Amino acid sequence: MAREEKKKDVVIVGLGWTGSIIGMELAQEGLEIVALERGEDRETVPDFKYPNMIDELRYGVRVKLMQPPALQTLTVRRSAAETALPYRVLGSFLPGRGVGGAGTHWNGLNWRPMPEEMGLRSYVTENWGEEIIPDDMLLGDYPVTYDELEPFFDRFERVAGISGQAGNINGRIVAGGNPFEGWRSRDYPMPPMPPTYDSTKFADAAQAMGYHPFPAPAGIASTAYVNEYGMQMGPCNFCGFCERFGCYQYSKSSPQTAILDALKRKPNFSYRTHAEVLRVELAEDGKTATGVTYYDESAQEEVFQPADIVVLASYQLNNVHLMLLSGIGQPYDPATGEGVTGKSYAYQMNGGISMFFKEDIFNPFVGHGSNGQVIDDFAINQIDFGAEGFIGGSYWRSGTFNGQPIRSMSLPAGTPSWGPDWKAAIKEWYGHAMSIGSHGSHMAYKTNHLDLDPTYRDRHGRPLMRMTFNWNPNDLRMNQFMKSKMEPLAESMTPDVMQSGFKDIGAQYDVRPYQTTHNTGGHIMSESPAEGVVNRYSQVWGQHNIFATGAGNFVQNTQYNPTGLVGGLAYWTADAIRSQYLSNPRPLV
Amino acid sequence: MNEPPGFPSRRSFLKASAATVAFSGIAATAQAQTAEPPPPLEDYEPEYFTAEEWAFILAATARLIPSDGEGPGAIEARVPVFIDRQMVGDYGSADDWYMEGPHDAAADPLLGWQSPLPPAQVYREGIAAFDAWCESEHGGIFTELAPDAQDAALTSLQKGDVGLQPEIRDFFTILLQNTKEGYFADPMYGGNHGMQSWVYIGFPGARASFREWAGRHDTPYPLGPVSISGERA
Ligand SMILES: Cc1cc2nc3c(=O)[nH]c(=O)nc-3n(C[C@H](O)[C@H](O)[C@H](O)COP(=O)(O)OP(=O)(O)OC[C@H]3O[C@@H](n4cnc5c(N)ncnc54)[C@H](O)[C@@H]3O)c2cc1C
Repeated sequence: MAREEKKKDVVIVGLGWTGSIIGMELAQEGLEIVALERGEDRETVPDFKYPNMIDELRYGVRVKLMQPPALQTLTVRRSAAETALPYRVLGSFLPGRGVGGAGTHWNGLNWRPMPEEMGLRSYVTENWGEEIIPDDMLLGDYPVTYDELEPFFDRFERVAGISGQAGNINGRIVAGGNPFEGWRSRDYPMPPMPPTYDSTKFADAAQAMGYHPFPAPAGIASTAYVNEYGMQMGPCNFCGFCERFGCYQYSKSSPQTAILDALKRKPNFSYRTHAEVLRVELAEDGKTATGVTYYDESAQEEVFQPADIVVLASYQLNNVHLMLLSGIGQPYDPATGEGVTGKSYAYQMNGGISMFFKEDIFNPFVGHGSNGQVIDDFAINQIDFGAEGFIGGSYWRSGTFNGQPIRSMSLPAGTPSWGPDWKAAIKEWYGHAMSIGSHGSHMAYKTNHLDLDPTYRDRHGRPLMRMTFNWNPNDLRMNQFMKSKMEPLAESMTPDVMQSGFKDIGAQYDVRPYQTTHNTGGHIMSESPAEGVVNRYSQVWGQHNIFATGAGNFVQNTQYNPTGLVGGLAYWTADAIRSQYLSNPRPLV
Repeated sequence: MNEPPGFPSRRSFLKASAATVAFSGIAATAQAQTAEPPPPLEDYEPEYFTAEEWAFILAATARLIPSDGEGPGAIEARVPVFIDRQMVGDYGSADDWYMEGPHDAAADPLLGWQSPLPPAQVYREGIAAFDAWCESEHGGIFTELAPDAQDAALTSLQKGDVGLQPEIRDFFTILLQNTKEGYFADPMYGGNHGMQSWVYIGFPGARASFREWAGRHDTPYPLGPVSISGERA
């Protein structure tokens, strides 16, 4: 028999970015809230303290801040014809764990989507007609527009503390910013970070080719900053330890620096760590949730936490897994196209070029996770999809982000991987290489999806989630297009050696090298319950007192890193709960 | 242990590497103010490896990152110590990894680690299998081969020509990866002795404060590394 806890108004599953946002916003309403986090508590001091955090092996390579697959993982197959096998060792993506979630060890690249990306199906059909959409592509419009979300993007940028340069303020193009971005009501809260040498070199070359470079928007403080919750950030010192690390000096935007200390002081908010939610419990009629059951690691027992509102904020993969285990939404069946849970899983399509300059000194250890200059000249709203034969786009960026030698030793192709020539090459090239990355969109398809695995189980005896995923030709064509455009730019910089790293047509998904933790979809926002799990407010169609945050809501992935949209949607959802739901709990659509 | 004529014995290999340590120790002290000379690897008592396995690790890593030329080799950097310590830690026993069956060790490599064996076990079985192959193809176990033959054998191992069982097919991959980790990781893990590898490439370690350097373009950074425990070089 599960122990039963005292009923709360709200239970939040997971205390990462979105769990912290929802917690703070609903705590302001005076509700009794408990957040359940499966990992441990994490605070800047002592958990990220200097110099212990500056440990490439422990955090960069052995990824000690992430979800250990021993505790939770999934299985992967490339097609329905394969048997899915467990993702036993972290590689391709790195789900977060512990208070702060992946927001602790992200890079801080903070983007809004383009307005066109929010209504992508309409944008494509209006400009080129339905015919250019591949048969197997589940191209959709978000059921909420960029204009509706703008105040919430702005809110997230101000809470998180983003450094950048606006390119479009209320329709007025601002020099030095991104001329292709959607309108924003005002500039970023902090000015951009100063550019490092490689990014300046890239920006100069891009400018010379007629492109429009601008500083990458960074969740990295360029100045001292205090946000609306009274949380303080200090300027970044370019230590080069962002991705996979907690920030030891309150410079990187994270739940810790932006929200948590203020939230923990609220008397009506509490949180429990080492509390892994196993399932959402539904009322007998199935129309609402009664609460959640979690595993209390210290007591080694199951606990039922009743609540009036359940918020699933456990990251895209975990949200979908919990939904599949709890009977939330009909599981998606790729054969019939029916069902919604696990549908429209998407990822990200990246590539890039490395360039080696014998005489140039880049000091690659001088950097941060969102460093660099960017161009959006090959963005979704800049490409003629009809002429090019794909739907999608990417942004390009150059900027040192870490010079950690185990992970980031870029050598010219053909260099032996060991022996005397390798040893000579690491001396010759370390510090003399720079790169340009293409960070591209990824569409949703009928085939790529998530369901429950028939064979493998987790430590609680629950089926693992199964991912069926492979690259589709449309996105590979987009990536090859970027290659064809990026190579001339890289050549114009006259490196001694250069090499492209773009996926070829026919490339198979490889789970081993890190790509991104930009897993999206699976509980997408939709106009009707037949299309997705949640409505435009991220409220579950079938159970109106369950809300789900995170990139699981994405209809398809954007060309950008997801968190600007994830954060904006979390504020949009919090606002809907505050202004519409609390006074009259019901389906909001 | 039989030592075919013309092949350096394990003893002479160890002597040779100890000599290199002493030699490059002089070069290193010019840059790195290492207080004491490194205790010879011969005197190190492995926590995980047997004497034969330890001899293999010394010999193999010495080929992967040789001592000749500029900069430290794996031996001077004490990479073998790093690898030994990793074997008795949570990495060696795969504590963080999902190791439940069923296992399909022969699966497409793109699907990642599918062996039922944790890394420490892959080393144990991998060394034995590779030595057996060296014996039949090169006339002696790995440590008995001349450096050229060792390089040829390692190349075969890397290319997958040694015919390892699927359960241990990633042996070379993890050996090479762990060798580089031991070369470049913070010295507290037993390798990168005296931060020589960081000095060699110009990585400042845990200095972690470069704000004014963002604007100093195309200029060499002048300071040597510091380690997490406060060593300077
Ligand atoms: C290495 C890395 C780099 C990244 N860089 C960028 C970047 O530069 N820009 C960008 O936009 N995005 C980046 N991201 C992605 C970004 O971190 C995520 O978009 C964001 O953190 C998602 O927020 P979330 O609230 O949905 O989930 P998370 O922040 O992951 O939080 C989810 C929390 O839920 C907990 N949890 C999960 N399951 C359960 C359960 N069953 N019970 C209780 N608790 C549970 C987890 O432990 C975790 O703490 C990066 C991610 C990684 C891993």
